[in-house]
Amino acid sequence: MNTKHTYTFIILAIILLLCFVMNISLGSVSIPFSEVIASVFGNSNNESWQYIILDYRLPKAFTAILVGSGLGISGLLMQTLFRNPLAGPFVLGISSGASLGVALVILGSGLFGGIFASLLITKWSIVIAASLGSFLVLLAVLLVSSKMRDTMAILIIGLMFGSITAAVVSVLSYFSSAEQLQQYIFWGFGSLGNLSWNELFIFFLIYLFGILLAIYSIKALNTFLLGENYAKSLGLNVKTSRFIIIIATSLLAGTITAFAGPIAFIGLAIPHMTRQIFNTSNHKLLLPAVFLFGAIVMLICDSIAQLPSSDYTLPINAITSLIGAPVVIWLLVRQRKMVF
Amino acid sequence: MTEKIKHTILKTKQLSIGYKTKKGTSVIADNINLDLKQGELIGLVGANGIGKSTLLRTLSAIQKPLNGVIEINNNTLENYAALDLAKTMSLVLTEQLMAKNLSVYELVALGRQPYTNWVGNLSEKDISAVKKAIEQTNLTNLKHRKCFELSDGQLQKVMIARALAQDTDLIILDEPTTHLDMYHKAYILKLLQKLAQETNKTILFSSHEIDLAIQLCDTMIVMTKDKVVSNSPCHLIEQGVFETLFPKDLIGFDKNTGSFRVKK
Repeated sequence: MNTKHTYTFIILAIILLLCFVMNISLGSVSIPFSEVIASVFGNSNNESWQYIILDYRLPKAFTAILVGSGLGISGLLMQTLFRNPLAGPFVLGISSGASLGVALVILGSGLFGGIFASLLITKWSIVIAASLGSFLVLLAVLLVSSKMRDTMAILIIGLMFGSITAAVVSVLSYFSSAEQLQQYIFWGFGSLGNLSWNELFIFFLIYLFGILLAIYSIKALNTFLLGENYAKSLGLNVKTSRFIIIIATSLLAGTITAFAGPIAFIGLAIPHMTRQIFNTSNHKLLLPAVFLFGAIVMLICDSIAQLPSSDYTLPINAITSLIGAPVVIWLLVRQRKMVF
Repeated sequence: MTEKIKHTILKTKQLSIGYKTKKGTSVIADNINLDLKQGELIGLVGANGIGKSTLLRTLSAIQKPLNGVIEINNNTLENYAALDLAKTMSLVLTEQLMAKNLSVYELVALGRQPYTNWVGNLSEKDISAVKKAIEQTNLTNLKHRKCFELSDGQLQKVMIARALAQDTDLIILDEPTTHLDMYHKAYILKLLQKLAQETNKTILFSSHEIDLAIQLCDTMIVMTKDKVVSNSPCHLIEQGVFETLFPKDLIGFDKNTGSFRVKK
C-alpha cells in the first residue's frame, strides 16, 4: 500500500516539474527551449529573452504553484473541519471577505480623497485589506457555527456573508469612478503575473507559515474526521485545533486572494480530485497530494490562459473553472460515488 | 471465580444532570449514585427522553453536571487533563460517521491518537494494540475494507474496536444497538460481555434492549422519572424496578421470563 503511494507521489512530482518547464516555455513571445533553460541559469545571450524568463515567467510560475497548492490545501482544511464536501474558501465567504477588504480600499478610497487615497492604494494595503477581510469573515462564520450544530446551516451562513459583502461592494461601486471600478474588476479576474521577486518572497513567507500550521494540524485533521465529540474524547483540544486550522486557512486563502485575486474553483475542486485519485481520507497523504495536484492544475491553467504565441491573456479565474469543473464532473461520474 | 476485589472505576455522588438555559436550569435527573466496578458490563435502560444520553454525555465530560461529583479512578472528572481522560475513557457515540472513506484499519488506528506523536505515526506498540482490537472484535478479514462498504452491524463493531484500541479502563457506548437487526443486537451486546470479561474493562452502554441487557449485564442502571437505580439485574427484578419503567397501559413486565409482554 505504501509503495503504491510512493510511486504516485514520484509520478506527480515529475508531472509537476514538466508542467513547470512547460509553463515557463510558453508565452506570448516564443523562445526556443534551449534558450529558456539557458535563461533560467542566466546564460542566455538574448537579453530580452532572459528578462522575460527571469523577471516575468519564473515568478509567475512560482506564484501559480503557491496559489494552486495553497488554495487546494485551504479547501481541504475547510472540508475536513466542517465535515462538508461543499466547503471551500469561496463557499464559506473567505474570498468574499477578501473582496470586501479590497473593495473598501480601491473603491472606498474615493471617500477619503486626496493624497490619503493614493497612499492607500498600494499593493501592500490591498494585501492587508484582503487578509483582514477574509479573516474577519471566517471568524464571523466560526462564531455563528459554534452555536450551530447543523453543518448545512453553517454553509448557508457563509453564503449569506458572501451576499452581504457583495451588496456592500455594489453600494461602493455605485459611488466609485470608472477608473476605480476597472481597477477592482481587473483585480477580480485574478492574475498570477503581477508579482516581483520581492513581493513573491513576502507572499511565500506568509504562505509558508500557513502551510506549516496545516502540517502541524495533520493529526488534528485526521481526528476531526470522526467528528468533534470523538475528537474531544481522543484528548484533542478541539477549540485550539479548530482555531489553528482556521488561521492556516485564512492566511493561505487571504494572502492568495490578496496577491493573485479571487481565484475561483481550485479550493473546492482540488481536494475532491485528490481524494478520487488517492482514494483516502488520511491527511498525511492528502496534504502533500493536494499540494502537488493544486500546483500542477494551476500551472496548466496558467499555461492555457496565456494563449501561447498570441498577444492575449485570458482571465485566470475563467480558465480554472472552465478546465476544472468538467474534470471534477468526469471524476465523479466515473467513480459513480463521491469519496469524502 | 475471581477472588480479588474489583476496584471501582467510576463513581458518582449526588450527581444531578440537566441543562442550564437562560431561563434557568432544567434538571433531568438528580441524586444519581453509581459505583461501576472494573470488568463489569453495565446496561443503562430507560424510556425515550428520560435522559440516558444526557447521563452518558455528563459521565463522558461532553457536558457539565449541574451538581454532584463524578470520580474516575478516584480522581474527579474535572481534574482530568484532556489527554489523560482520553487514556482512561473511550466513547462510542450515536452520531453518524461522516468520513467513511477510511479503511477499517485506519479508523481503528485513530483510537491510538492519545498515544501517537504530533503527526500521528503508529509505533510498534500502537500497531499491536490496533491488531489486538481488530482480532477481539472479529474484524480481521474486513481490515482493509472501506467503512462505506460495511453494514451497520459491521460499522458498529469497527467503532467498538476503535474504542478498544484506545486502551482505556472505561468504555461508554451510547445506544450501540440501534438500527441493528435482532441477531446483531444480541451479537453486539454479547461481544461487549465477552470484552468486559476478557479485557477486564468496565463497559457502560445505554440500550432499549432490556431483555438482552437483563441476560447479559453484571449491573443495570434503570432510569425512571422519579429516580435512578442501579443493581444487578436479579435484584432489580426482585425489587420490581422494571415495572416502573413504562406506563402500564400497554406493556407489562413478566418477572418469570425477564421480558416485557404486550397486554392482551
